[in-house]
Amino acid sequence: MALLSVQNETKRFGGLLANDAISFDVKEGELLAVIGPNGAGKTTLFNVISGFFPPTTGSIHFDGRDITGASPHRVASSGLIRTYQLVQLFKQLTVLENVEIGSHRVTEGGVFSALLRPPSMRRQEEEVRATARELLRFVGLEKQADMPADSLPYGRQRLLEVARALAAKPRLLLLDEPAAGLNMQETAALAEVIRRIHAGGTTVILIEHDMSLVMQIAQRIVVLDFGRKIAEGTPDEIKAHPDVIAAYLGGTETLDA
Amino acid sequence: MIPWRTLLPIAAAIVLTGIGLLSGSYAVTVLGFAFIYTIFCTGLNFFMGYTGQASFGQSAFAAIGGYGSAILCADYGWGPLPALIVTMVISGIAALLVGYPTLRLRGHYLAMATFALGLIVYEISIEWTSLTQGYMGYSGVPPLSLLGYELGTVEQQLVALLVLALFGIFISNRLRQSRFGRALAAIAGSEAAARALGIDIARCKLIAFVIAALYASAAGSLFAHFVGFISPEVFGVTMVVQSFAMLYLGGIGTTWGPMIGAIIVSILPEALRGLQEMQDIAYTAILIFILIFAPRGLAGLSSLFARGKSRKLEEA
Repeated sequence: MALLSVQNETKRFGGLLANDAISFDVKEGELLAVIGPNGAGKTTLFNVISGFFPPTTGSIHFDGRDITGASPHRVASSGLIRTYQLVQLFKQLTVLENVEIGSHRVTEGGVFSALLRPPSMRRQEEEVRATARELLRFVGLEKQADMPADSLPYGRQRLLEVARALAAKPRLLLLDEPAAGLNMQETAALAEVIRRIHAGGTTVILIEHDMSLVMQIAQRIVVLDFGRKIAEGTPDEIKAHPDVIAAYLGGTETLDA
Repeated sequence: MIPWRTLLPIAAAIVLTGIGLLSGSYAVTVLGFAFIYTIFCTGLNFFMGYTGQASFGQSAFAAIGGYGSAILCADYGWGPLPALIVTMVISGIAALLVGYPTLRLRGHYLAMATFALGLIVYEISIEWTSLTQGYMGYSGVPPLSLLGYELGTVEQQLVALLVLALFGIFISNRLRQSRFGRALAAIAGSEAAARALGIDIARCKLIAFVIAALYASAAGSLFAHFVGFISPEVFGVTMVVQSFAMLYLGGIGTTWGPMIGAIIVSILPEALRGLQEMQDIAYTAILIFILIFAPRGLAGLSSLFARGKSRKLEEA
């Protein structure tokens, strides 16, 4: 059964049809990429899936449950974690604390346990810290653990955002253009991190502009153009797909004499 | 082991209290106000500093605490401690009811709504004369007492206020260093990211607002007992302005900022009294200078040392 199932999802902003009857499934353990030219509706699709916008029509099912129109924190609580195209870090906090916050979904405790600090709470805090340090090692930021997050260079901020998302132990990780603004070296490091996340058993959906990155790591690709899904298939199938080539090379502009 | 960053401010507060006790009852009164404001600002810091939300209306909850304690103790013969706790519960419930719809607002809109809350309670305290005695104010509030032992002198009360202020900071810090506290800091940092990590923003903001109200209420009650008299002016706009100055001067979002700010803003005008008509000018000039050279507040200065340390670590 599919882990995520998007059925006939349409999102309209006034007169603009951002997503037009998009349907696709993602299986457990898959690495799917969503590509398409600027304005194709990729980020809108992510916002709808992660609960930030309700779809105009259609439905989203995650892990067999209908999450259509559920609030973002509910969607996140169920294990569907997203990152942002423009990094959204907790800038004033340290790198380590950013990742610790990521563990919110998989931990427990409110005001009273914070005040009373029973042994179970202290154990949990130790685990949260240990996991956070482990994840920082995973993305190569362990030396920067105590620095403020906004003192990191941009490429590392992206890695930090990924580490923070991983702290939430996602069942499905949505990465919104994680390579945007990165140089080649940083992109290569990121590709390696994504590959290892996927190898660790996490299902990943990736929005990306960087074609070489997508073709390298994606198992399956969904192509959007003007809000519609125009193709779906393996990287090789997508490369050869006439509609995709047309969308990317501007083949729609025919010259009629 | 307790780190020096915790020990130093505690020691400083104790020394200051000692100096105050030796310098006579006027100094004791000034310090007493400073510690009451410390409690008020620690609560405000919880909402504004840790959670990053604006509230211009915390004086409303101080008024509930102050009038509640005054009425319960002076008219109904309650003990100060039960009155303090009961008024805190009332304030907490009021914050819950007011916060539920209000906290949907953000930024300036939230600031306006909370400001209105402060003004409404201020008007009520003037107009509802059968309850509050209006402009006349409420006098005859008994001093603090603990376990049946009345703290009759201002000196005894000052020590009690110091202990309560430190206790308030302890609680606030403990709450900050937890999963709940991290969630609040996340909201202050980026609401979008906090949501995407499964944090229930509306719920967290509401809890932070209620906690801030509990502190404000306790501060109001303590004020009533310390002075023995309250009037609407005590909980007016001045209180809001004063507490903001303290919070930003001391360092918003820091553990000790509220206390540092409360002490400086309370003592500074007294220290400058000798300048007579120049007093206000000198006072505001000093405030501005502090904010220019320590834009993150005085408590933020300690992080200069910490910053140097982490940089060295990185090089290693």
